[in-house]
Amino acid sequence: MNKEKANREQLVHISKRAALPGWKSWLIRVLSVVASLILCAVIIVLFTGDNPFQIYATMIKGAVGTPRRIWGLLQNVAMLLCVSLAVTPAFKMRFWNIGAEGQVLMGGLATASCMILFGDKLPPAVLLAVVVVASIVAGAVWAVIPAVFKAIWNTNETLFTLMMNYIAMQIVAYFVYIWSVPKGSGKIGVINATTQAGWLPALGKHGYLLNILIVAALTVFMYIYLRFSKHGYELTVVGESENTARYIGINVKKVIIRTMLLSGALCGVAGLLLVSGTDHTITRDTAAGRGFTAIMVSWLAKFNPLYMVLTSLLIVFMQKGATEISTVFGLNDSFSDIITGIIIFFIIGSEFFINYTVKFRSRKEVAAQ
Amino acid sequence: MKKLLALALAALLLFSLAACGGNTDKGGSDFKAGFIFLHDENSTYDLNFINAAKQACKNLGVTPIIKTNIDESNDCYEAAADLADQGCGFVFADSFGHEDFMIKAAEQFPEVQFAHATGTQAHTKGLANFHNAFASIYEGRYLAGVAAGMKLNEMIESGKITPEEAKIGYVGAFTYAEVISGYTSFYLGAKSQCPSATMEVQFTGSWYDETAEKEAATLLINDKCVLISQHADSMGAPTACENAGVPDVSYNGSTKEACPNTFIVSSRIDWTPYLEYAIKAAMNGEEIDADWTGTLETGSVALTEINTAVAAPGTVEKIEEVKAGLADGSIKVFDTAAFTVGGETLTSYLADVDSDAAYTPDTEVIADGYFHESEHRSAPYFDLRIDGITLLNEKFG
Repeated sequence: MNKEKANREQLVHISKRAALPGWKSWLIRVLSVVASLILCAVIIVLFTGDNPFQIYATMIKGAVGTPRRIWGLLQNVAMLLCVSLAVTPAFKMRFWNIGAEGQVLMGGLATASCMILFGDKLPPAVLLAVVVVASIVAGAVWAVIPAVFKAIWNTNETLFTLMMNYIAMQIVAYFVYIWSVPKGSGKIGVINATTQAGWLPALGKHGYLLNILIVAALTVFMYIYLRFSKHGYELTVVGESENTARYIGINVKKVIIRTMLLSGALCGVAGLLLVSGTDHTITRDTAAGRGFTAIMVSWLAKFNPLYMVLTSLLIVFMQKGATEISTVFGLNDSFSDIITGIIIFFIIGSEFFINYTVKFRSRKEVAAQ
Repeated sequence: MKKLLALALAALLLFSLAACGGNTDKGGSDFKAGFIFLHDENSTYDLNFINAAKQACKNLGVTPIIKTNIDESNDCYEAAADLADQGCGFVFADSFGHEDFMIKAAEQFPEVQFAHATGTQAHTKGLANFHNAFASIYEGRYLAGVAAGMKLNEMIESGKITPEEAKIGYVGAFTYAEVISGYTSFYLGAKSQCPSATMEVQFTGSWYDETAEKEAATLLINDKCVLISQHADSMGAPTACENAGVPDVSYNGSTKEACPNTFIVSSRIDWTPYLEYAIKAAMNGEEIDADWTGTLETGSVALTEINTAVAAPGTVEKIEEVKAGLADGSIKVFDTAAFTVGGETLTSYLADVDSDAAYTPDTEVIADGYFHESEHRSAPYFDLRIDGITLLNEKFG
């Protein structure tokens, strides 16, 4: 290698930082959001000619402009957070569960099935208990299948859980056809609309309070489980190094299966909250991509359930705001997606600047060599 | 870094100055109409509704508030309630699965009028402020079928095909009453001109899937279908026809520009008359029909311009003649003398008009020698499998 080339390579130098103090890393995060808003403003003006400040104001109004919108926002945060909490223990174990979408759907399908089949046969309280148990079991079973294969035959869990999503969607599509009203329409419609059998009781005016409280409780549970319980410690060790885990006497297979049972059970709860607590019907789109968005929520929060409240709030806030932009400004939803994408990209990018330091060598310095 | 920041701040300042001109307020009446659409303008189905909504509001001087990409879930209820919160006196939704959530909103906001296209429940629900609407699109398809039948006759006369080879291919979305009613009326229209016509139907299992629709059309063409039509929302089938040089009757709007050598005619529902009628009634506090069926007469069933370069000579005149027949009642699309089921002519059929989970047939729909489609309820319920039409596959949900 000649000298000139060696010098050129050193113009930019990237190295890992020592841990930054908390306020500094948060400053970087805030600055990245500001930078992303500036870039979005440029893009808004260039491509639409609309006023970026009006657009941002509309976003905020769309997300929290009325009490109803605030409730809707909280409800959606709760649903996304619930799925995110579900995938987190698996991720922390480095088990890439990208099958949450399917696990939520199976939980939801179990809920809907019980509501349809036992709606007029069981007393309300018993039915509700059956619905809860069925949804949790269904989600757990759907998640534990790939876990068993991974534990025993070391199959690739990423592909396995992904494929299980499509199977779940087709199973849901099948039952939606069987139970569709009118025949062949492919829509079940609201189940037990008159009796409300199997519906989670509605607390508060907008009916979402119970969902929100359940997810809040789950958040605290997951924080304690991961941080202070023996199970949480074991799954972290398995994630760091399976060999170490084995060496200190952890039963790796058992931990994988147990963690995925928990992950799936929580997805089942999400299905329950969506079908019995919100939509009161099921379609292939009931999970609405939350199984995948949850991956981002969990990663952005570095698998910390308390931070996940913030990251899921951020993402839902942007989604709600984006919808309002397309209504008020007549812009296509894709444009809102671009804005959301840029902001999230910057936030993810800020982690790079928190973990690494970038040094530019001045020309003089290079010349001096 | 500092330089960058300074630059960014300067840019920010510039935009805030540039921003002072904007004003989104529109003049006219202070009545607001809210619209909920399943997709956005990239779907021809929703585009047809969006255009009608804008046109109707413009005609009435009403401000539209449009929400696109609203799922058939609780999101629809939230959207409807949000529109009511914003002061809309009329709220409309365009997709079948929105219905239950619109009803929920209607129960909660009795002072707001809620209308829903393609739904089935308003005529039995007894809610004063919830309404369904559809159109007798089977009449439009029948007319388009007449054009197709004349094209088949032209091919037979020119020796291109024998009468037995007059086989139509049809790309359908789902094996469901709305689609069955559509392809059957199209077939009967064609058969009224070309008695030897037969038809094959291939379903895609989606309302909008360009690839699947193109593949289905290609499959039908390879199966020796000499003319293609569709009940699905993409350009898949028309494109396949243009590539293969097979005449095509499209749906939801003209495809002449993209397919000048094969496009004959297209039928569609024009929702403008209904929206104008319903919004006007809501503005004046008048009653809106619980279940409204648009017809050729109301202007709800529309045919595009006929592409005379492809259509058989005399098609324009013939369609006018048949249209007049449909209008004065001398021609009935589902005339029981015109079709058989399992070799038999039907004299009685109970349809499931009042939808229920057990699909209980509840209404006699054959009387006076014809099947009364869209009369007991605006949404189609004709689901008979008539002779002469072969289903190559079936797709549900």
